[in-house]
Parts: sequence; C-alpha cells; structure tokens
Amino acid sequence: MSSLIGRNLLAGPEPDPAGDAGHGPGHPPRMGFFTDTSVCIGCKACEVACKEWNAIPEDGLELTGMSYDNTQGLGADTWRHVAFIEQSKPLGHAVTAADHSDIDVLALAAQGSGTPPAEAAVTPTTPAASAASAAPDAPPAPDAAAVPGPPAPDGRTELRWLMSSDVCKHCTHAACLDVCPTGALFRTEFGTVVVQEDVCNGCGYCVPACPYGVIDQRKDDGRVFKCTMCYDRLGAGQEPACAKACPTDSIQFGPLDELRERAAARVEQLHETGVADARLYGADPEDGVGGDGAFFLLLDDPEVYGLPPDPVVTTRDLPSMWRHAGVAAATLLGGLAAVFAANRMPGGGGR
Amino acid sequence: MGVRAWVQDWPVYRQFTGRDPLGRGATAVSPHTRELRPRTATADRVVKSVCPYCAVGCAQNVYVKDERVVQIEGDPDSPVSRGRLCPKGSATLQLTTGSARRYEVLYRRPHGTDWERLDLDTAMEMVVDRVLRTRRETWQDEQDGVRVNRTLGIASLGGATLDNEENYLIKKLFTGLGVIQVENQARVCHSATVAGLGTSFGRGGATTFLQDLQNADCIVIEGSNFAEAHPVGFQWVMEAKARGAKVIHVDPRFTRTSALADLHVPIRAGSDIAFLGGIIRHVLETEADFREYVLAYTNAATVVSEDFRDTEDLDGVFSGLDEDSGHYDETSWQYEGADVQAASGERDEQYERRTGGGATISAAGHSESHGSGGASVGTEPHRDPTLRHPRCVYQILKRHYARYTPEMVEEVCGVPRDTFLEVCRALVDNSGPDRTSEFVYAVGWTQHTVGAQYIRAASTLQLLLGNIGRPGGGIQALRGHASIQGSSDIPTLFNLLPGYLPMPHAHAHEDLDTFVEAVKADKGFWGNMRAYMVSLLKAYYGDAATAGNDFCFDHLPRLTGSHSTYETVLAQLDGTCKGYFLMGENPAVGSANAKMQRLGMANLDWLVVRDFSLIESATWWKDGPEIETGELRTEDIGTEVFFFPAAAHTEKSGSFTNTNRWLQWHHAAVEPAGDARSDLWFMYHLGRRIKERLAGSTAPEDRPVLDLAWDYPTQGPLAEPDAQSVLAEINGRTADGAPLSAYTQLEDDGSTSCGCWIYCGVYADGVNQAARRKPHTEQDWVAAEWAWAWPANRRILYNRASADPEGRPWSERKAFVWWDADAGRWTGHDVPDFVPDRAPSYRPPRDATGPDALSGVDPFIMQADGKGWLYAPAGLVDGPMPTHYEPQDSPIRNPLYGRQQRNPARQVISHELNRFHPGADRPGGTDPFPYVVTTYRLTEHFTAGGMTRWSPYLAELQPEMFCEVSPELAAERGLEHAGWATVVTARGAIEARVLVTARMSPLRAGGRTIHQIGLPYHWGPNGYTKGDAANELSAIALDPNVHIQEVKALTADIRPGRRPRGPALPALLAEYRLRAGITERTGTEVRG
Repeated sequence: MSSLIGRNLLAGPEPDPAGDAGHGPGHPPRMGFFTDTSVCIGCKACEVACKEWNAIPEDGLELTGMSYDNTQGLGADTWRHVAFIEQSKPLGHAVTAADHSDIDVLALAAQGSGTPPAEAAVTPTTPAASAASAAPDAPPAPDAAAVPGPPAPDGRTELRWLMSSDVCKHCTHAACLDVCPTGALFRTEFGTVVVQEDVCNGCGYCVPACPYGVIDQRKDDGRVFKCTMCYDRLGAGQEPACAKACPTDSIQFGPLDELRERAAARVEQLHETGVADARLYGADPEDGVGGDGAFFLLLDDPEVYGLPPDPVVTTRDLPSMWRHAGVAAATLLGGLAAVFAANRMPGGGGR
Repeated sequence: MGVRAWVQDWPVYRQFTGRDPLGRGATAVSPHTRELRPRTATADRVVKSVCPYCAVGCAQNVYVKDERVVQIEGDPDSPVSRGRLCPKGSATLQLTTGSARRYEVLYRRPHGTDWERLDLDTAMEMVVDRVLRTRRETWQDEQDGVRVNRTLGIASLGGATLDNEENYLIKKLFTGLGVIQVENQARVCHSATVAGLGTSFGRGGATTFLQDLQNADCIVIEGSNFAEAHPVGFQWVMEAKARGAKVIHVDPRFTRTSALADLHVPIRAGSDIAFLGGIIRHVLETEADFREYVLAYTNAATVVSEDFRDTEDLDGVFSGLDEDSGHYDETSWQYEGADVQAASGERDEQYERRTGGGATISAAGHSESHGSGGASVGTEPHRDPTLRHPRCVYQILKRHYARYTPEMVEEVCGVPRDTFLEVCRALVDNSGPDRTSEFVYAVGWTQHTVGAQYIRAASTLQLLLGNIGRPGGGIQALRGHASIQGSSDIPTLFNLLPGYLPMPHAHAHEDLDTFVEAVKADKGFWGNMRAYMVSLLKAYYGDAATAGNDFCFDHLPRLTGSHSTYETVLAQLDGTCKGYFLMGENPAVGSANAKMQRLGMANLDWLVVRDFSLIESATWWKDGPEIETGELRTEDIGTEVFFFPAAAHTEKSGSFTNTNRWLQWHHAAVEPAGDARSDLWFMYHLGRRIKERLAGSTAPEDRPVLDLAWDYPTQGPLAEPDAQSVLAEINGRTADGAPLSAYTQLEDDGSTSCGCWIYCGVYADGVNQAARRKPHTEQDWVAAEWAWAWPANRRILYNRASADPEGRPWSERKAFVWWDADAGRWTGHDVPDFVPDRAPSYRPPRDATGPDALSGVDPFIMQADGKGWLYAPAGLVDGPMPTHYEPQDSPIRNPLYGRQQRNPARQVISHELNRFHPGADRPGGTDPFPYVVTTYRLTEHFTAGGMTRWSPYLAELQPEMFCEVSPELAAERGLEHAGWATVVTARGAIEARVLVTARMSPLRAGGRTIHQIGLPYHWGPNGYTKGDAANELSAIALDPNVHIQEVKALTADIRPGRRPRGPALPALLAEYRLRAGITERTGTEVRG
C-alpha cells in the first residue's frame, strides 16, 4: 500500500494493475489478447463465439457495403468486430524465403500436431518466443509497401485485403473504470476491465471516457456492455470464447508478458520475410494508456483499421487537476484563514 | 450477518482499509461477480460430438445441464481442428437450440392454403399409405422386355447432412422398395470427384488428409475458396506457410483465401482445364516430370490401341463419337492388347464386350462406381519403358497438350503468361524426391459440364510430378457437408450400392456372376468384387439371401440410364414421379434451375420434407416465387405436403465421414423435443410399418421388402434405433455374428455379411473405432488413433508410392511408408496402402488374378493395372484425357478448337423451362448475356441456407444477397455500390445488392474483355435473412459422367435496379429470350 503513495495510478507505466487494484500478491499474471492480423482470415468466428458465450443479442441486419464488414464497429451488442480493408497494395506476404530445405518436416511431424505440443495451445503460426530475440524497441521498418506495387502484367495493381478482429483493449489505465461512479466497472485479478451488470446503473459516464469508443449503452436497457475477456471462463482456467474458436490463432490469449514477447518476435519474423508494414499497436507500456491488455499486430497505420493512432487515457490529467484544484482550494482556504486571522488581530478592527 | 461483517463488506470500508485505495478493483467486486461460474464448468456432462456443417469434421464438446444443451464449443483434442470452430460451428448452439427450429409435424392437404397440425403417428401412417399406394400404381416388372423390378413413382433427395447409419437405412429401405431415384447433395456437389479421382487412382476420395498440408512445399488452391468454405481446415495451410511453403490461389475472384496466399491468379471461370493442361505441357516439354515415379507407378509407358484418335486429329473430338447422340464408343480408347475396366466411372459401358452380349437398354450413371476401387484390364498391356513408342501414353499426352502453350493459356484463361509461368515454376521447383506439392479443390472444379475431367487434369499433373501417395502431396478434395463423403461411400445415390459397387443396369438374363464379370477388374482389389457384393446382399437380405437364390441378386431394382436428381425433376414434371422425400436438402434453392425444382414438386401427389425449419422446399406452394408472379395459384396445387421436424446432431448418435474419409462418431447429448426425430428413427419406423402392412403378401414385388433384414434394437422413450447396431451391420460379421476386422476377410460364398465393404474394420473387435478420441497431443501427427479412416484406417492413400520401386523412401525428408526387408513387411508412419508383406521385387505369375496379380511396384491397388492413370482407357464417357471445352453458356468461341465449342458428350436438357444462351454463336447482333457469372459460398452461410439463414448470429454477418462486380463493369452498366442490380439469364432474373470491388477484375480472353460477376448462392425467400436465389439463373446442363450441373460458369446480363415484380418478371425473361433468338435447339448441338 505504501508503494501506492505518491504515484500516479491513472497514467504512466504500471507494471501491476491488478495488484494496485487491491488483488493480493498471489493474484494471477495479467492476461491479455494478442491479435495477429497477418493471419486473420476474416471468418468472424470470434464474433459468433463471443455472442454465443455471452448471449449477446443480434443487432441489426444491414448490408453496409463496407467490404464484408456488416458489423461496423464495437458496441454494447458487438464485443468482437472484424474490420475488412480492401487496398491497392501488393499482397503482404508476396516475398517469402522459398527455400526451407533445412526444415526437417518429419522431425516436426514426430512431435505431434503441426506445432510442438507445448506451443500448440498457444499459437501454431508463430515460432517459439525464445527462438527470435525480442526487439520491442526496434525502429519501425521503412514503409515501403505504402507505395502501391508495380502494376501486374495485365496493367492492374496488386490487391491487399486486410482483416482484423477488434476488441476492448483492457487498458492498463482504463478511463471507463476511473470515471465509473458506482463501482460497476472494476479491475479484475487478471488485470482486465469488466462491467458488473448487477451494479451498473446506466449513468453512461464511461461511454465518452473511452479513448477507443468501445464501451456502449444497450438500447432498451441503458446499462453498458463490453468485452469481459470472458471473466467467468478465466476464473475456471478456460480461455475466452473468441480465442478458443479462432481457426488460425489470429487471436491469441495468454499472460500479457508472454504475448508481448511473442508479438515482438513475430514482427521481426515478418520484417525478415519482407513484410515491412508489420507493426504492433497497443503493446507499448509507455503509451497514452499505459499499454493495452489487448494489443495487435497491424499491417498498416492504425487509422486504416479505424483505430486511434495515439490514444490517451482521458483521465490522465485527473491527478494534476486534483493537485491544481487542491492548490486552489488551499489557496482559497489560506486566504480565508488570513482574513479571519486578520480580523482577530489585537486591535484589528476593534475600537 | 453480524454488524462487524456487515461493515467490513461495505465497499467504502474495504477501500479505506484494503489495498485498493481507488476502489476500482478488489473492493468493487459485487456478490454476483464473486459467484460467477462458467456454464462449461457447471455442466452436468460433456458429450463428444462433431460439427454438423462442412466436412472438415471439427470435434465439438456439447455441455449439458438439466437435460438441456447449454454450450457447444470445439474439442481441443481433435487432431484436425484442435478445438477451433468457424462462425458456423460457433453458432451450433443457436442452430440446435434456437427459436427457428420447429418441433411439430405439419400437413398441407391438396389445394390447401395453410398448414394444419398432425400428430406424429397419424402422419407416419399417412406416409406409409402413400408410399404403398404410389408404389403399387407405378410398379414396373419390366421395361422394353427386360426385367427392372422397380418404381419410378417415388424419389428421395438428401443424405449428406445425415449420419452414415441414416444413409445406410435410406438406401437399404428404398432399394428394398424398388425405389431407384435415391439421391443426395453429393450429386450436385462432388460427384465429379468420385469419377475423376476414382478413374485416376482407384478410389474416389481425397488422397490425403488435412493435417498433411503442413508438409507441403507448395500448395495450389484452385476451384476452392478454402479459407471461406473450410476455415478451420485452412489452419493447415497457415502451418505450411509458416514453414515456408508457397501458397497459390487460382480463382476468378480475389477472396479471403487469396488474401492469405502468396500469389493470386485471376482466371476466367470455366477455363481451368486449359490452365492445368498448360502446366502439363510445361512439365512434359521441359521434361520436368518425376521420371522414375512416372515410369514405375503410372501408365505413361502403356501403349494405346492403334484405333485411338485424339482431339488434335479429329478437330476437337476423340475417336468413337456418335455425332447424333453425343455418345462415345470407348472401345478405341483401350490399351493395346488388353481390355481394362475402370476403378470408377462408367463401368456398365463395357457390359456387352465383357460378357459377350446381353441387352443393354441404355447406359449412364456408372461413372462414380469404383469410387473406391480401380479399373479392370483383361491381360497385361504392352508397355514401352523408353517412352518413345508413338502410341505410348506419354507421347499421346505430349501431342494432346502440345498446343496448350503459355500464349494459349493467356488466350483461354485470361492469365498473363508471366503469372502462368510463375505457377509452373513453383510447382516444378517444389516437386521431386525432396519436395512435394499439393492441390486443393472443391466445387469450383466439379460443377461443370466437364467436371470429372477437371479432376482428371489435376490428377494427371500430380502423377507427372510424382506427388501422389506422398506426404505434403496429393489432391485434397474439400467436401462441404458433414457426411457428404459418407453419403457417397454408403451412397444415397441412384447409380451406386455401398462401397462404390455399381447398381445393376437392366440386362437380359443377368445373374450375379455375369454382373460381377462385367464390372469387376481382373487385377487388384476390385478383383474380389463378388465377395463385396455377396456380403452386401447378405447384409441387405439376411437369411433370405442364399447361394441357391443368387443371394437375392434379383431383388435389386435395375437402372435404365440416368436417374439422377435432375432426371427425377423431369420425371416429376411429366408425371412419372409422384412422391418425393426431402431429407435435409433444399432443392428449391440449392439445385440448378430452382424454378424447375419447384414446378416439379408442384406436380407431385405428395411430398415429405424433413428439416429443422420451414425451408423453401416446404413452403413453395404458399409463398414461392411462382405464387408471386402468378404462374402458380396455391388453390390449384394438388400436392400434399408433410413436414417432419428433424433431430439435430446433438440429439442422435451416429457417424459422419469427413472430407478425408474419417468416420467420426457423435454421441447423443439430449433427447429431441416435441415431434423432432432422427432420420434413423424415421427410416427405421417407416420400414417397420411398411413391412407390417405387407406381412403375408404374396405379390412378387413385395418379396424384396419382406426379405429385408430389418431387426434393429430400439432404445429410450422414443424407440430410437440403436445406431451402433447399424454401424455393426455396415462393418460386417461372420455367419456366427462375430465382427469382421478387415475387408480382406470377406467371402463370396455367403459366409460373411457386410453393409459397406470399404467400412469393414470400423467395428473391429466389436469396438466402435469411429468413437476413438485419443488426443492429438498424445500421438504422432498422423493421429491414427483418432476416429477411423476408410480403407483400413489408412490416412494417405496409395502411400506405397512414397517409397521408390525398391521400397526405400524417395528422400529422408519425405519418408512416409517403406519396405522393411528384415521384417519382410511394409512399415512407416501410416498403415501401408498395399499388401503388407508384398516385397518390392515381387512379380506375379502371368495367370494371377485379383490382389495376387499386383506386383511389388503397383501402388494403385484398386486399379486394373496397378498404375495411376495419366490416360483413362475406360471409365469416363467423354474422353480418355481432359481437354478444354467452353462452358455450356460462354461469351466466347473456344480458342482451342474452331469446330468444337462445348463438350460433345455433355448432357443438356432441352425444356421450355431450361433454355440455353447462344453466346458467341448468335448470328448477327450482340449477345444479350455478355457477362460471366460464377456462384460460391461465404464463410458466414452454408449451402442453400437451411442451417444458417435462420440463425440471427450468422444472418447479421451477411444480411443480404449481393453480387460482386469490378469497378469497370459497374461503370459499364451504371451499377451503384450498395445499390441494387438485377441479374438476368434465359431461365430467371434475380435482384441483389451490389458490391463494387477491385477484388473482381476484368480479364482479356478470346480476344475481348471478360467481366465476371460473383454470386453467393445461399439465399432464398424464407428465413431470418431473405433474398433471391442464385439458382433461379442456372440451367440444367450436366457433366455426362456424373450428371453434375454447371453452376460455376454461366453467362448473364446485369442491369441497375431491382427486378420486376409479378407477371412483369416472366415477361422480362421472355423478352430477353426473344432478343437472344433462343429456340429449343439453342446450345444443344453435339458438334460445332
């Protein structure tokens, strides 16, 4: 508790959000999502698995014309949303190291499934985190692919179809939680941010507070709803429904530290194979929300996916505001005190 | 609660005394939150199941609480799915427990305007009445003087979504009743696969399994939208990619599969044979074939009859064509000095030659038989190992494909030659002793008037590259229903009996021996056909089948030509077929020319629909498109309609066979509610009631019904038949009832019975091997102890070919199965697909037959010569080699043959409801149908929509029927993004929302710009999301081998705006037909 004194709990690096929210020293590691959009096939299994598990209502039959995205965005009735972006850019993975004669397929095969069993539950499509040295602060690769590729022989420019499953970021510094007046939103022992439906009174303060526009009030109900990272399942040692369903393990669930390491290695691997566009989003503990509990590997700028480029926790300045308010109050009080004190001075005002 | 505890529970108290000073964590936890437990943890039991959608066969865990299913999710133990599910699989809870399901029997009386309720028992009795009445009225003892022993008055459609055991009872009961028009989705989806792969390799199933994709060095996905239609299987492509494999997607559209590929090759729909033929030419011209493999394991060296003439000699047709009928006499295609029977395909064609006479009424529909086995060769054919003989297969191939140059590929397919050569290089560089490439396809290849030949083209190429029977190689046929492989193996198909035994055609004086003599192969495992057939007859007719009565062979009804689902529609329209069972299939949306399907049903006496919800095929009489246009009036329609609610996979036990031949058992989790029943229950009790009614009958046509062995034990409150007892019958048993363990134990003397010889072993030792679920993490990657694969639990077929002729692995990297000389046996990672102790050096004596005639270097053990067929001397009715023909409806002339536009042997049905487009042939004026249309699936929906359009969670993801067009076409026709467009053909017009996307690209082919339009085919007028059905546009134009419809390449017009309503719609179509100059002869010519 003493460690909390004098620290800004609403912004900046925060290594242990669960511990600082009163979960004892034995609390589980912080859990998170790493969504690797480079292997997303846009199937939307995450959306359906989420709705089935959480019994979320269907929310509208509207063909949007936004590629294959008829979900449009996260909201009270959509806790996973797959974005589709059609671009005139070369295929992200056009350059591959074709020679892999050094890989012993049968030795791999003898290990069991396509992936060594130890890793199978985690991700099959990325190498072991230890295999590549993580370099989270490596300078971003030149954005070569931002320039449309050379036209194909038929005169057409190559296409790229980006798909990405968005979700609540479970921010390290979650403004929704900071502004909630009822305690409906709380920080769990897994470091995630969850709405308690039995407490929420529908005041809606959290809605404008969210820098990502995630949390939302349900029509005809008033209360707010968002991804819980399947808090109930986590408590029983089960992974969230979306991550479990994901056919290509684009959505990976696990201890956040491990995910960050794995993600850094994946970015490096993609850079090596010529996918210069690959970058992480929400993985940096120094960013405006102290890093996200759900972060992403993107193949283009965040804006392309409808994500804010530099989100900042809207309550970042609360401590300093309080400090200033405190100083102002103290000044005011001091002034008043001075007035009273002056009045009581011997002879002051007395006749 | 004491005051102290009460105070301590107060959040503010906790906040100030605990570790949560801001009150945002531990102190804020509410009692409700504290008590949260996932329903997966509180369930009473977890039942092992299998996803009911596509054929990847993802394992599911079904969680049951208080006898209700509360959650369904993936089973992480499965080696193929590893616990994952796609959006449809993830929506299984809504499918099985959602509000769209019906639980009551409904009845529509003749001319009735609405449904009425019926109780289940009454309804069953009414169906029995109608079956018996119609059967009596339409019974045929003979046709044209030859015994046929059947009724054409009743038909059945559906089975691919059902269990193997259910398919078995459907086929068995209907065969007993003399009903031959038994069909299922396999006809309209993958029948071309069975003939294509079957004639090439000996069996009609995919040669490999999904996990093996990870071992591929190059994967070509063509004719398949793998990532969208089989998302969970696609994880194995991603595995291969992560290991450096090159992934190529060849498809008219840039899809979610293309997005993950290294290279997308846009191609004109309907031109894949030219593309594959171009690669074959590249391989032959550069001598890049895997020569040692080709020489030893294929028929490259075999010399062909001197009577054979190629399409290059005869201006686009092979020798033997009857230009009037469009039928080929295949005699000239045979090997020199030998007469081989095909392992699959049209085997009855050779009846007269092989039996020395007999009156064939007509021949069709045999192309899929031998889907599990090879062809037959009379004597050892002449071979030239130098490959220099001008009539050896290698030289014939070289000449046949000589004109398939990169320039020709560009002209026909619209694929730039550089892109084409990149594909050639990728395949050649990744094939050989050290490397393997795999082809993946689905219905993008099968649904053409040359569908079987598409598959043959890929088979030829993969044999030349030495990629069959090896890890990371093979041909992956992605099938799209939970048990569509099973409904082909245990066929609810008119032309097959279980295990790809051919249904007998009508011949004079035909007995069991002449039948077997005509269709068996002399060498290889089809040589034992009599044992398979007799064992089946014993399973069907039990004790009644004896050696003295030819094992009741005469009980089997006889074919007289094709009786496919499309001929059945014609039979409905002309009044021959009066009663129809729909068992989980929705032809009013899902079959070609949907209007003909509905009008056929409108001409029936009675219709039985078994499904979850009120699909279009159940309600067309009330709210179908023809009611809207005024072409039909409900009051005028005399068809009686029965709707029986079906049980879901969670409510019954049984096995599905997945796309890789794995039988996977799913266990019932709960009892079905209301009147919902399994199809096993329906067929069993229908048969039981019919047999009770006919008891004591002396009518000869009732004998087969009464002789049917039909004594399955029932259990539970609903008297559900024991599915495992049906599986045991399918597996087979000895005369004293002991379960068999291998088809090699089958005898031809009646001492064994077996309901499907290729499934023999699935109940070995009396254990349900299909229910095995040893987690993949506890075994090697082949996962042989998960479920059971036919045949004999072999996972990669023809795996003898993974070793060189001496029996050594071709390379260490690609070792799979090899000869262990010390042990004198084949061994390796899989069950060897070979005679286990046959040494590589073994050469059979000249007089050997059957399996004994296989040499040590004959890996294709079902084939009549033990070899993979680069050239098919028998089995296919439209040519021994694939060659490019234009689709039935095409906007261009065939660039390859000036004198032959279309497959001369294709099957076109000229009917006023089924008119074809003149295309480039239209004399003078422009073609009113200038654009190419291709149809497809989306991830979010399933087939004709019956299992997804009613699901809100899926409906909201793809809420409306749409068409995809390029920006160029949108500009040309004034189409507005997200607006409406009307697509028109000679058969129908539909409306769809427009998606203008660069993912659709115009191509240059046949000297002009080709615009292509993409149309998903999931929608229909019923359900939670509604829309027009793409099959309103398609025609019944069929592959002659297997009667599959061409829906992957059509032509059409597209115009902005919604379609006309009411009578204005048929008027619009009439106007188009007039403008196009369409007559009953348009597009039906054999030659030209």
